[in-house]
Amino acid sequence: MTAIGDRAPDFTLPDTDGVEHSPADDGITAVIFTCNHCPYALAWHDRLMEAARDYANVRFLAINPNDSERYPSDSLEAMQERVAQEDWTMPYLRDESQDVARAYGAQTTPDVFVIDADGRLRYRGAPDADHNDPSLNAAWLREALDALLAGEEPGRPETPPKGCSVKWKNA
Amino acid sequence: MSVVPPVELLWWEGCPSHPDALADLERILAEEGVSAPVRMVHIESDEEAASERFPGSPTIRIGGEDIVPPGEGEPFTLTCRIYRLRDGRISPTPDPEDVRAAVRRAREDT
Repeated sequence: MTAIGDRAPDFTLPDTDGVEHSPADDGITAVIFTCNHCPYALAWHDRLMEAARDYANVRFLAINPNDSERYPSDSLEAMQERVAQEDWTMPYLRDESQDVARAYGAQTTPDVFVIDADGRLRYRGAPDADHNDPSLNAAWLREALDALLAGEEPGRPETPPKGCSVKWKNA
Repeated sequence: MSVVPPVELLWWEGCPSHPDALADLERILAEEGVSAPVRMVHIESDEEAASERFPGSPTIRIGGEDIVPPGEGEPFTLTCRIYRLRDGRISPTPDPEDVRAAVRRAREDT
């Protein structure tokens, strides 16, 4: 479990094309645990894609950690289909071992983590206050990114993540 | 106050949506002048999901009828249900107007 201010766990995970990705060495990274089957993740999806489009100088990484044996709609093949059919603005990574989700302490999909250029966790939580209100536009995530880009500490470093529980193997 | 057949809300703890669904349901029952306690049914295993024909959390049934019938072949399992609001957006809970329409149908049929 990573706390605000802690060094964020490093990782390398493959995307839907098998290309490996890691957090930025010298820049800001937004790590978003998400999935295909959860209505909360789907409801927030467009706002997160839009944020990635708007913050081109931030590395955005979406990670699906769910057990795909019990939830086949979260399989790599289903992820590949989704990326092929939709306009994704960030790579969609598969955390097959669930080690990365465990290291970050991800609880839900979505669960958002923002890492600063020194590799420290600076925001963790929901994209904004209401999955049902697109006008909120991932405001909490954007606040954190704006603060870090301005060389400041996010004023709201932690919010409660809201969504479907991460589907752990053997749970 | 009108009376309708039994109202049930089936839920699973892996989804945080059932309190919102219950609040919408109770508000709409009150607004429609319907007296019907909501029976909360906690689904805890895939076996229970199968035996209760539970397509995901939350599921609202009035008189045993799902207010938003699941699609053909939809599995009965421990998952979060994906609803479509009337404006097309995805939601973890049914559109309140779909709930209201189901309550009115049940009231008229009773």
